[in-house]
Amino acid sequence: MTRNGVTIVDTFAEAFDMRAARVVITAASPKWARTAAECMTGFATSVIGCKVEAGIETDVSPEDTPDGRPGVSVLLFGFDAKGLSDRLLDRIGQTVLTCATTACFDGLPDAPERAAAGGLLRHFGDRFQSSKFLDGRRYWRIPVMDGEFLVQETFGIQKAIGGGNFLILASDQASALTAAEAAVDAMRAVRGVVLPFPGGIVRAGSKVGARRYKKMIASTNDAYCPTLRGRSDAMSALPDGVNAVLEIVVDGLDRGAIERALAAGIHAACRAGVIEITAGNYGGKLGKHHFHLHARLA
Amino acid sequence: MPVTLRLKEPPPVPLEAETLTTDATALLSHADIRALPVNLGKRQRRLDDFFDVDGERSDEIEIHGDATRVKWIGRGMTRGRIVVRGNAGMHLGSAMKGGAIVVDGDVSDWLGAEMTGGSIHVHGNAGGQAGAAYRGSLSGMRDGTIVIDGGAGLEVGMRMKRGLIVVRGPVRDFAGLEMKGGTIVLAGGAELRTGAWMVRGTIISLMSIQLLPTFSYACTYNPTFLNLYAKQLASLGCHLPLDDHEGGYQRYTGDTCVPGKGELLIWKPRA
Repeated sequence: MTRNGVTIVDTFAEAFDMRAARVVITAASPKWARTAAECMTGFATSVIGCKVEAGIETDVSPEDTPDGRPGVSVLLFGFDAKGLSDRLLDRIGQTVLTCATTACFDGLPDAPERAAAGGLLRHFGDRFQSSKFLDGRRYWRIPVMDGEFLVQETFGIQKAIGGGNFLILASDQASALTAAEAAVDAMRAVRGVVLPFPGGIVRAGSKVGARRYKKMIASTNDAYCPTLRGRSDAMSALPDGVNAVLEIVVDGLDRGAIERALAAGIHAACRAGVIEITAGNYGGKLGKHHFHLHARLA
Repeated sequence: MPVTLRLKEPPPVPLEAETLTTDATALLSHADIRALPVNLGKRQRRLDDFFDVDGERSDEIEIHGDATRVKWIGRGMTRGRIVVRGNAGMHLGSAMKGGAIVVDGDVSDWLGAEMTGGSIHVHGNAGGQAGAAYRGSLSGMRDGTIVIDGGAGLEVGMRMKRGLIVVRGPVRDFAGLEMKGGTIVLAGGAELRTGAWMVRGTIISLMSIQLLPTFSYACTYNPTFLNLYAKQLASLGCHLPLDDHEGGYQRYTGDTCVPGKGELLIWKPRA
């Protein structure tokens, strides 16, 4: 299959079960809501190294936030509910509580599984905290130096999917980057997904384990490193003419959201300088969610 | 189609109609609704001795006429809706758990006393002890919402533990007496001893009120949690000012003679 002269390989992206939470951060201005959101989603690229994957889902208008102030919606993904619950506590406590004028609300009110991040964070109030119970939800008011930090007692956790991906194989680095940026812009318009890597793009794609270092959980994806083409100990997967590869990784609240994001991203990435688009998988043995590229473009 | 009750004539003495709930009418036939027992003084009578009854098996009730002397309407109800096209008597919605009550006119004392859920909206005035605890009881209202478009009497929200009371008109003495939690919004101000012996909870006054000396000033600010209430109150037609440019809330804590951790938030427009 080709799109705009770009070959779409008949393969699939392999993705995994995860757990997700949605946090809505509000503040006195969009600037401060985004500041907190960017801090909260920093160093959250890979669950392997960062214990959580996170990203900004979208800006939220004052009409749609619980407190009528400008907000930002953040999605966080972890391997399990306990781990994600711990990360919520860490990250709300260190990056939202500390950020001027912010408040923090649950963005998955219907999720049956709950993480008591706000209920634990209240202890920062040293028993000066108080709570309000409104419409069946408890909110904690923690005294801070600019007034009060308002945080919802519990945050919903739901099943989710992490690790949807595709690789952009281009003739040069500039073409790969231009295509990847276009893909990121298109995918960020889709609700329910985040692209957890810097700028939404991964240059250091990885394979499971390592050939030479036994203790490594993951190591460089040598098959897609252009500088290793031709080495007898590296099985290059790069077609002729490919000199740069960038990957887009997408985590989503459900399969449909990831499918929409992949379709939008691949369409946007099919442009001049791109030779091939493929996807990362482990032969279908590790993750139960398979996203076939051709099906996304059908 | 709602069950419609038309009061034939105001009873000479208070009529105790605690059977008049949506939970009862939802299950009963027309004949059974007409036969519901009510007490006139110490004598048990039938509902249709006092009301013309239309409809059956509905969790909506519409009451027409001056029911000022009809007590306990909607007591303990859990669902549905009662609309009173006129006035209602004491204990309206007492101990109600869910559903909604709307009154076009005035209501008497003990409106929503010890309620644990649901909503009551009174377009006229209310008597004393709205949302309060009965004498000897430890806790008043434990959840739900009471909105009074007019004024209210003594001891509004006495010992309330949770929930929201909004009074748009003036309120008499001892609003929030011995309050344990929840929120009272006084849009029309209050008379004396507001928040006396309050332990926890929030009283918001949009007008300047006379404070007990046992409340201490903390700061002037616009707390974020009020934004949540403002959104809810907006749907009830009540405006809660929040804009820093318009003013701020003076926060007083007390009542220190208990000692209490309650708060009074008094709106102060920017000069």
